Amino acid sequence: MNILILGAGRVGESVAESLASEANDITVIDTDPARLAALQDRLDLKGVAGNGIQPSILREAGVEDADLFIACAPMDETNLVACKVAHHMFNVPTTIARIRSPEFQDDAPLTTEREGFAVDQVICPEESVTRTIRKLVEYPEALQVLEFADGLVSLIAVRAVAGGPLVQHSLAEIPQLVPSTDMRIVAIYRLDKPLTELTGTTRIEPGDEVFVLAATDKLRAVLGALRRIDRPVKRIMIAGGGKVGLRLARMLRGEVQMKILEVNKARCDYLATQLPSDVLILNGDSTDEELMGDENVQDMDLFLALTSDDEDNIMACLLAKRMGAKRVLALINRKAYADLVQGTTIDIALSPSHAVIGELLAYVRRGDVEAVHSLRRGAAEALEAIVRGDKGSCKLAGRRIEEVALPRGVQIGAIVRGLPTPAEEDALPAVEMRADGELKTQPQVIIAHHDTVVQTGDRVIVFMPSRKQVRDVEKLFQVSATFF
Amino acid sequence: MSSFLPLLPILGGVIAMFALAMLVPLSFAFVGNDAALYAYDGAILITAGCGLALWWFTRRFKRELQPRDGFLLVTLIWTVLPAFAMLPLLFALPGMSVTDAYFEAMSGLTATGATALSGLDALPLSINVWRCWLQFLGGLGVVVVAVAVLPLLGVGASQLYKAETPGPMKDSKLTPRIAETARGLWVVYVGLSLLCMLAYRAAGMGWADAFMHMCSTMGLGGFSPYDASIGHFQSVAVEGVAIVFMLVAGVNFARYFVVWRTRSLMPLVRCVETRSYLLVLAASTLLIALYLVAHDEYGGLGEALRHTAFHVVSLATTTGYASTDYAQWPLFAPMLMILLGCFAGCAGSTAGGIKMVRMLLLVKQARLELVRIVHPRAVLPITLGGAAVPGPVMASVIAFMMVYGATLAGLTLVMLFSGLEPITAATAVIASVNNIGPGLGDVGPAVNYQSLSDFQTWVCTFGMLLGRLELLTVLVLLTPQFWRK
Repeated sequence: MNILILGAGRVGESVAESLASEANDITVIDTDPARLAALQDRLDLKGVAGNGIQPSILREAGVEDADLFIACAPMDETNLVACKVAHHMFNVPTTIARIRSPEFQDDAPLTTEREGFAVDQVICPEESVTRTIRKLVEYPEALQVLEFADGLVSLIAVRAVAGGPLVQHSLAEIPQLVPSTDMRIVAIYRLDKPLTELTGTTRIEPGDEVFVLAATDKLRAVLGALRRIDRPVKRIMIAGGGKVGLRLARMLRGEVQMKILEVNKARCDYLATQLPSDVLILNGDSTDEELMGDENVQDMDLFLALTSDDEDNIMACLLAKRMGAKRVLALINRKAYADLVQGTTIDIALSPSHAVIGELLAYVRRGDVEAVHSLRRGAAEALEAIVRGDKGSCKLAGRRIEEVALPRGVQIGAIVRGLPTPAEEDALPAVEMRADGELKTQPQVIIAHHDTVVQTGDRVIVFMPSRKQVRDVEKLFQVSATFF
Repeated sequence: MSSFLPLLPILGGVIAMFALAMLVPLSFAFVGNDAALYAYDGAILITAGCGLALWWFTRRFKRELQPRDGFLLVTLIWTVLPAFAMLPLLFALPGMSVTDAYFEAMSGLTATGATALSGLDALPLSINVWRCWLQFLGGLGVVVVAVAVLPLLGVGASQLYKAETPGPMKDSKLTPRIAETARGLWVVYVGLSLLCMLAYRAAGMGWADAFMHMCSTMGLGGFSPYDASIGHFQSVAVEGVAIVFMLVAGVNFARYFVVWRTRSLMPLVRCVETRSYLLVLAASTLLIALYLVAHDEYGGLGEALRHTAFHVVSLATTTGYASTDYAQWPLFAPMLMILLGCFAGCAGSTAGGIKMVRMLLLVKQARLELVRIVHPRAVLPITLGGAAVPGPVMASVIAFMMVYGATLAGLTLVMLFSGLEPITAATAVIASVNNIGPGLGDVGPAVNYQSLSDFQTWVCTFGMLLGRLELLTVLVLLTPQFWRK
């Protein structure tokens, strides 16, 4: 795929890095030639120095042949205008803009094709990471919670703890031990390495990082099977009242007690006007142990370090954990740091640019891909795609799962049947939808077993332990020429 | 040693690929059923066997290439491939020494065109095809071929590409992916070469001659299957075709690629380097032709122009064809032509030497320094085609010139030390380092490098390698910093 990226900042760089490794033609535009030179040395891509809203620069970067335009320059206005220019002057089929301001996101007409800025998809790393954290507040025992099929199915990563009913039992025993909870374990990472073959005799050991697919309404039960359930999060301390901190506080207001540490006095004043009065705004450094002690960090269910400084976040988390916070989460941009703190006293390390990559990958993957989530900092991937064709033309349709030749380690985790595809949703007249009060067929979540039969139109959720298997998995969903 | 091992599987792959290149002379030998037919089976088996074995036994060490690996690997490739390329020569010509065979193979791959063989007309056809074919492959670069076709290179490919491609500015990629860039350049190269072959055929050559001359013209090498070189044909048409395609091959191939992409000739016409290249060649031709007429070498200006144009283009583009013995001309003419060979070719072409763009930058720099004497506070950026040239590029050009000068002087002294007379020593070194081919004196166009001692031949071989990889790629391996952990 021919991809043009505007802006070689944190987001642009990590997007380029994750896309360059899979045989895409990538061109990056940035105003700083030194940044581009460094990026070109490291990755197989082309850099063009200049202002990306100028048609001449876009043309130099080969915008005429681009399939996908991703604008992630620092300023919203640059990104909006660049998308408009790319779409209207050069007919780029898909445009994606990184928009920081929530006001542009909420105002859909601004992004429409004709009158607006012709943005097909708005991405916002702050928003994505806020939603991710929101999920983790809801399921505090999980390391990661990712939604598929409009939220019907979730993939959850959780560390197994001795005492959970399933821990130290084999996979074959799951149905007997938790009969009411249908789930599928798609991967187990032990000491940061994946177990290559999951069979009925594989045992779950304490400390394993387990990836489970289950219907979203069964998540609590799944968590309960792998570790004892903590009490729900009631008290949160947030270090850093920046964009993510503010968004999160808005999202969680009324649900939990929050304290926000912010070092900048003016920002504190602003936060105080933006948030309801039960959110306590504290003016102080995020690594100020006295302030943290005074504000009872030891009673916190969750401590979130959300400043823009990786080092501060790591130190604040280490400090909070030492002082008794139950769980700590750090926002970490640099990949090397994220790898470093993995599995230490810091429970969860999140990268904002990484959180957003899944949303982009859905556009890059071939076939009817509805959602992609990048896992384990880009090493693994989970993908939701719609099965097309029939038994003659597609390798999946009409077959039992045990009959499908899956690449090594790849798992079909769940199937959602009866969910209308986006195209059908548009085509259905609203009246018909309302005829019997609700959708004609209730969508059905089927957790995959060896004898489950895949049907045309199903949404299949596939887990792959290595990104290198993407091409093979795409082929499974491809419809061969005999179709139609 | 640990820094060596990861490179070996790639080296093995390149060697195995190189074995395929021997199929070309093999097929000529097979069709013509010539005396060298038996030589290729062994050569192909040994080359393919060594390559595959090297790849097989070292493939578990493979890792992502680091920037410094590029230099080591490219130099390794360029020293190892001639050792395999000389196998058919050794097998087919029993009297040939390893020194001469390696020299001949290096001269082929670096598109130099200096030969240690005499009696070329009597050689089996396929051996001549092999010599010329080497120049075709080496002209644009064997690593560029490898980057284009070998998938095992991964991200490190751009490091290799940079280490092999001539010219001061190597960051400008033509396409986002380096393999695409390499492929594009090869398509342009092969396309122009086909035109060249058809033109030679139309000018009266047989198909085999047309193919061989196409190879050595487009690679700017200068091997010919005849001792008399192009002079064998005594044909204005052949010389005309040779002039046109030598000129074509002396231009940066990236320009042709852009012309092809944009379907417009403007990128070529606007290119400052190309314009200077053509201007310098035209002016020199005129000057030498008038000089020769003044010295009564030729009766009319027309005849003088025919011979000067051919030899100026041939030497300035570092090809090294000859149609007459220009060494008999008054010394000014051949000296000027060899001097042109040091710098006239464009970066990114198949020519050797300093390259025109570096020369342009240096001239501009010198002019600026003069202006600065008059206006000490003037802000004077160096520009090339409207874009400012960054400081580090200028510094690297100046460093390159320094190393280039030191190399020429050093190697010439070594040759003098070994007992050569001055003109032969100096021109043999210049002709080797700039990949021109024939020099003057004992290595002039009418004779060849056979008269040199083994030691002197090895010096020339090293000079050709240095020149083809633009000195720094090889010399960086000699610095202690490179090997320090």
